[in-house]
Amino acid sequence: MTQTAPRVMQDEEDVLDVRNLGISFRTPAGEIPAVRDVSFRIRRGETLALVGESGSGKSVTSLGILRLTPKPPFCSITGQVLLRGRDGTVRDLASLPEDEMRDVRGRDAAMVFQEPMTSLNPVHRVGDQIAESIRFHEGLSRRAALDKAAGLLDLVGIPDPRRRLGAYPHELSGGMRQRVMIAMALACEPRLLIADEPTTALDVTIQAQILDLLRRLQERTRMAVIFITHNLGVVAEIADRVMVMYSGRVVEQAAVRPLFRSPLMPYTRGLLRSVPRLDFAGLGREPLAAIPGTVPDPLEPPPGCSFGPRCGGFLPGTCDAAVPPLEEARPGHQVRCVRWSALTGEAA
Amino acid sequence: MSASSSVAPPAAAARPARRRGGALRRFLRHRLAVFGAGVILFLTLACALGPYLLPFTDTHIDIMQRFAPPFSGAHVLGTDALGRDMLARLLMAGRISLLVGFSAMAISMVIGIAVGIVSGYYGGVVGTVLMRFVDAMLCFPSIFLLLAISALINASVSSIILLIAITSWMEVARIVEAQIRALRARDFAVAAEALGASDRRVMFRELLPNAIAPIVVAATLNVAHAILAESYISFLGYGIQPPTPSWGNMLDSAQSYLTSAPWLAILPGLAITLAVTSFNFIGDGLRDALDPRMDGR
Amino acid sequence: MSSYVIRRLLQGAGLLLLVSMIGFAILHLAPGGPLSQFAAGGDMTQEDLDRVAAQLGLDRPLPIQYLDWLWRMLQGDWGLSYRDQQPVLSVIGSHLGATLELMLTSTLLAMMIGAWVGILGAIRRYSLFDGFATIGAMIALSIPTFWFGLVVIYVFSVGLGWLPSGNRYTIGDESLANRVHHLIGPCMVLALVSTAVWSRYMRSSMLDVIHQDYIRTARSKGIPERRILIHHAVRNALLPMITITGLHLPTLLSGALVTETVFTWPGMGRLFLDSINYRDYPVVMGILMFTAVLVLLGSLLADLLYNVADPRLGANAT
Ligand SMILES: Nc1ncnc2c1ncn2[C@@H]1O[C@H](COP(=O)(O)OP(=O)(O)OP(=O)(O)O)[C@@H](O)[C@H]1O
Ligand code: SF4
Ligand SMILES: [Mg+2]
Repeated sequence: MTQTAPRVMQDEEDVLDVRNLGISFRTPAGEIPAVRDVSFRIRRGETLALVGESGSGKSVTSLGILRLTPKPPFCSITGQVLLRGRDGTVRDLASLPEDEMRDVRGRDAAMVFQEPMTSLNPVHRVGDQIAESIRFHEGLSRRAALDKAAGLLDLVGIPDPRRRLGAYPHELSGGMRQRVMIAMALACEPRLLIADEPTTALDVTIQAQILDLLRRLQERTRMAVIFITHNLGVVAEIADRVMVMYSGRVVEQAAVRPLFRSPLMPYTRGLLRSVPRLDFAGLGREPLAAIPGTVPDPLEPPPGCSFGPRCGGFLPGTCDAAVPPLEEARPGHQVRCVRWSALTGEAA
Repeated sequence: MSASSSVAPPAAAARPARRRGGALRRFLRHRLAVFGAGVILFLTLACALGPYLLPFTDTHIDIMQRFAPPFSGAHVLGTDALGRDMLARLLMAGRISLLVGFSAMAISMVIGIAVGIVSGYYGGVVGTVLMRFVDAMLCFPSIFLLLAISALINASVSSIILLIAITSWMEVARIVEAQIRALRARDFAVAAEALGASDRRVMFRELLPNAIAPIVVAATLNVAHAILAESYISFLGYGIQPPTPSWGNMLDSAQSYLTSAPWLAILPGLAITLAVTSFNFIGDGLRDALDPRMDGR
Repeated sequence: MSSYVIRRLLQGAGLLLLVSMIGFAILHLAPGGPLSQFAAGGDMTQEDLDRVAAQLGLDRPLPIQYLDWLWRMLQGDWGLSYRDQQPVLSVIGSHLGATLELMLTSTLLAMMIGAWVGILGAIRRYSLFDGFATIGAMIALSIPTFWFGLVVIYVFSVGLGWLPSGNRYTIGDESLANRVHHLIGPCMVLALVSTAVWSRYMRSSMLDVIHQDYIRTARSKGIPERRILIHHAVRNALLPMITITGLHLPTLLSGALVTETVFTWPGMGRLFLDSINYRDYPVVMGILMFTAVLVLLGSLLADLLYNVADPRLGANAT
């Protein structure tokens, strides 16, 4: 079924259309299904936030989109990852040959990683590291690429960009390095930017500056952004839509306001409750509490709903019967919980 | 005393016990290490018992049978320039070479552990001076040091053993020092000390057993090193002196007969390579078995 | 000069002092000490020996003798060879070239082969190639160098007749081709152990590097795999190899001695062995000290080079 599905995207404005993405790792201990049946779409200029506890598969999903996960025998990818390139053609990244994939990476879709300290090569000057993808994707000379890199450094707010081209990563502060990472990702004006916890390693004021920068750049280029974070405050600030993941599956997906206002999945409610200083209606006065229990072992998942063992609304016989389907509870609001209407008192 | 043995051991004993349980299994899974262990066992038994089973002794000279090639007559592996049986000589030489290997290892381990434990435990000036002395010793290329000293002393099996030992304890000292320094900071040494255990008790009862894994690995590799060292200086004429055979001195005059009787050079060299490779394989297997985190790098 | 360089130089000087003490101790270890070669002659009475001892200043307290000895060493007065009455340093100097030639060429050979074997082993970890390379390196580290030399002579000189069995050149023909022809055998033999060492350390260094975040970053930029490998991974993985090459120097020198002996290569190692045979103690002690100093300087140089090559530490560091 998924194999023969046509490579068309309904909407001209869609940049990325992920269908039934599955990613599993082969380890000595067994096959780890890190991501299962993940589907979502993202439009030009839109920001999709990916949230969930540690180990829920956020990073693997984002790496899988660009096939930056380990090579085939150690990791397999199923499903479709349709990306509309700058020329309007749609390609399925999940089945694209490796050499064509290289044209996509850094050009149509780029990534910013969490650790600005370790994500830059310590032995090369930052100018050369930014210029590198320009030289390869646009065929510019080193000189011309460096000129462009200087412009990018200026764009991401680094003062005295010409001089900074010659700096080594260790000579820059964490925030500066993350700006360099962003400049590097933006070098070829990608249609899709994936930012995996880009601000987690930075302190609060720098964090705000980087978020601000990303927002400005997005307005300018209308690129689609997938923003992975643990910080729900950041989500509220930057995202248009939110996708909540739990043990490799999407468990809830909605626009920001409905999701914060009326989360349907008990897990999402737990996440929101564990965040301080969020005064959305109905949540503000509840005591701050972390979700009890831990994420299930991917090698031995519980039967049925994988959140079951930690869920207050767990109903034996119902919740552990089968994996709940992702249900369209309201238009644009999907939830993976068989009891959502019973628990929220809303009609399905 | 009784208080310390009821408090400190749980922390100290729990982990190694669990580790060691899987260690044998991991070692056995390491095919090369098992191969190495098999070879060493075989060589040791052959050298110990073989000479009694052969029709020739290693000293039996048969001028009529000079340079008999291997697999051609009564002498399975041929004879040397004096018509002595090569197999008998190889086995007798093996006794000496293995003896030198094991004894030199034992002595160098004693020196290395003592220096390492003292400098690791006390640190400070004593530790610094000892470890700088180790650094200085390591500046001398080992063959140069071995030859320079062996030229000054009377070569005998025991003096050669001693000589190899005193030029090869430094790596062990470094390993032990680093281990002890790291372990000393950990809770159980502190606990034992707080309970009033003596220095020596803390060193040998609490710290040393927990540093045993790298020490065992180093010991195995040291045997390989000692056998090689013996062969080098014996080949160069300053090690074990004829008529006592060793794998190294059997090669001493072999170069002159390379054209006419190549087996004189090939056989002892193969014996050395086989023994040394086996010890290296065992060492490698032990490293993986005793420290699962190293995953074969 | 950064403070690191100064600190490192001071450390080196301290170590040099310790090295000299060990050397002096060995010199006096001989039965009869530095006089043993006179005693060995047998035709000197005890009185004669005492007179010589007094002449040489050997009746003074040891610390004084040591300081005197050290002072003369520092001034370049390393004594005279018993054999031909030449200054020890110039005797060493005249043999140094041959040894350096051998060590440098074999190190280059070992780097080229060993680095590739290590890199391939790391990126095809646990493959058949990796397995053979691992076992091969282990065996190479276990083969006695002199025996490998004999095997090479047996195969390539005796058997195939391709290579000369020794010497640096044919007498009367010092052409480059002739020298290179003579160099091949010993170079190959001395390179064996170094190649194994390089392949092992390069493999583990590469394994460390290819799991670093910046390799993933490079991949996310869509640059070709080959460039990622060479420009990003190997470039970083080579850094620790500078240190390894420094640490390997003592082993290399030991190997050179043995190789020179087997191939009658007129280098420092052979000179050392000849001097021992002649009981030429000043030269023996001179070479022993010289090699130790060489090792010391080698590791110092490696550290300083590392400092330059790694931008995080180098002079460019702020
Ligand atoms: N290379 C790998 N091999 C095996 N399993 C892996 C690998 N990478 C990730 N996993 C597994 O995939 C699961 C999801 O990991 P992932 O890194 O996507 O989590 P995450 O949601 O990004 O968490 P965090 O918030 O900590 O970044 C984890 O259970 C992890 O064990
Ligand atoms: S399906 Fe059941 S266990 Fe799972 S989240 Fe819903 S109520 Fe909780
Ligand atoms: Mg992550």
